[in-house]
Amino acid sequence: KPKTQRGRRALEKKEPKIIENTKHALFLKGGNTSQTVSQVLKELHTLKKPCATIFSKKNMTRPFEDQSAVEFFSSKADCSLFMFGSHSKKRPNNIVIGRLFDGQVLDMVEFGVDKFVSMQEIRAQKTPVGIKPCLVVSGEFFDENDDNKRLKNLFIDFFRGENVNKICLSGLEHVISIHAVNGKIYIRNYRVLLKKSGSRIPRVELESMGPSLDLSMRRTRLASDDLFKRALKKPVEAKPKKKKNISRDDLGNKLGRIHMKTQDFDKLQARKLKGLKRSAPKKNKENTEAKKQKIDSTS
Amino acid sequence: MADTQIVVDKVLQKDVNKVFSTAVENAELIDIDEGLLLATTTGNLNIRATHDFTRQNGEEVIRQSTRSAVQTLFNSLWQLPVEQVEGTYVVTLPEIKMWLPREKPIPKKRAVTKWQEYAKSKGILNKKKSRMVWDEAAKEYKPRWGYKRANDGTQDWLIEVPANADPMEDQFAKRQTAKKERVAKNELQRLRNIARSQKRKVPGVGLTPTEQPSKDTLSKALVVARKSTASLGKFTEKLPKEKPSKFTGKKRKFEPSIGDLKNERERQLKILDVNAKKVPTINVTKATNRALRESEEQRSRERPSRKTPKKQKGKGASAGRKGGGNKKNRVKRNK
Repeated sequence: KPKTQRGRRALEKKEPKIIENTKHALFLKGGNTSQTVSQVLKELHTLKKPCATIFSKKNMTRPFEDQSAVEFFSSKADCSLFMFGSHSKKRPNNIVIGRLFDGQVLDMVEFGVDKFVSMQEIRAQKTPVGIKPCLVVSGEFFDENDDNKRLKNLFIDFFRGENVNKICLSGLEHVISIHAVNGKIYIRNYRVLLKKSGSRIPRVELESMGPSLDLSMRRTRLASDDLFKRALKKPVEAKPKKKKNISRDDLGNKLGRIHMKTQDFDKLQARKLKGLKRSAPKKNKENTEAKKQKIDSTS
Repeated sequence: MADTQIVVDKVLQKDVNKVFSTAVENAELIDIDEGLLLATTTGNLNIRATHDFTRQNGEEVIRQSTRSAVQTLFNSLWQLPVEQVEGTYVVTLPEIKMWLPREKPIPKKRAVTKWQEYAKSKGILNKKKSRMVWDEAAKEYKPRWGYKRANDGTQDWLIEVPANADPMEDQFAKRQTAKKERVAKNELQRLRNIARSQKRKVPGVGLTPTEQPSKDTLSKALVVARKSTASLGKFTEKLPKEKPSKFTGKKRKFEPSIGDLKNERERQLKILDVNAKKVPTINVTKATNRALRESEEQRSRERPSRKTPKKQKGKGASAGRKGGGNKKNRVKRNK
């Protein structure tokens, strides 16, 4: 029960809405982490800023066995995406990327980081923090089966950035490329350099910047089809309403259409024009005659 | 001179075509979703052939394919409608093609409050009020509500006692209590709205404080006071001339389910009697009233006693109406 306006606004932000907020990501560490994994978490967190929170403490949980801890942290931090990093002998350099729906884990995929090149190792100018990245997904791998399609959906959801309707064209500087081949996934980050070209559209040149990850898939826990369908459902109010009866002709003029009932032209109410009045001429004569007589009698 | 110019142009053109072109080969294999700034390469790439993924070569291949994808994406983005917002060129992105799951379920429709229902039925719109209001006393614009507001009653150091009020009454305390009552009433309404939205039973309010209590309110108050004991008025003694009140707080009367067997039997058998009779029972008062009404109506129809003609609709109206000012056509009434 909020007592202040600020508290009330904070609660309203967490409520379900028709048009949703940008999904925030939560970066967690497990019981034991290697330096690579910690670096991965840290750097991906900077890539996803400000829509990301990173927990500095270690948490003794295993997402694939018990999801309640992840769900609890996500509900508190109001994040619906998470990345959990851990390291053990059996699963070295392990990261779990997942998303939630309605406070419960929807999809979770576990990867092993085979190779990681940090941002600091690549000597190049970086993009500013917080800009929306362009995504490039390539590889036949993602079309092979439904699970891989879901994985593609997960990646896009994770790296999407802020939900915007309009974007400044000069602000498209960051590209995240996800390429899958032979069961391995290669994530690369580039900075966009716009060069002059013959036309209005610039030529794109890419310069490798940020972290590059080589991942190999391990376990997956994907949501059932009906739960996923339920999560995909769009509210009726969000659908754009069609404007009927308005069209444009080839000249660019706006035309409208009005529907009317059939009109009986005999019974139309037009302006009163006395000259056009259909009155019986005989009757007039009688009256005038009668009046004349009267006048005669009185005079 | 002209020849050299042509040669220079040709050379430049060549260079332009080579390095600075925005054309992309195999552009059909690239799916663009502008809303997401996403470029998906469907179909084969050169990479799949490389089993030996040598670092340099592999990186370069990835970069080239990514470059083509991004170029295709930018080609389509630059085609979108542009507008100028605060000095920068901004492009409106279309709807997202890919279906991404929501993070929270679709919100349920909020229940309409009693005021909202009323406003909807009457067509009352919510007019936005301005924040600043002219304060006559201070001769400046002040906020309508909040800190340092205009017409602030709480800051009055002097309140005139109205002519019809008790001179000994504390006007300041009166204002405070009035405010408290308003707040309490608002809270009550809010809770009632919540209870109604959750379809919970709302207990009857009973009696709310009013400025001028009427006779009904007094009798109600008596009943309520009588009942408001720990045992709900079971042991309160009756006053000497107290009559059983009509106000029982119940809107409908239900017969007790067990008890008066004789009454119940009589009523059930009466139903059978009524059904068995072929002639319907006549309610004498109703019948006489109906007969009287009918005779009165007939009388009024026969007698054209009205000075101003009754408003007739349809054919009657156009027949009776006369043309404007044309006295020749006027039919003279028989005297």
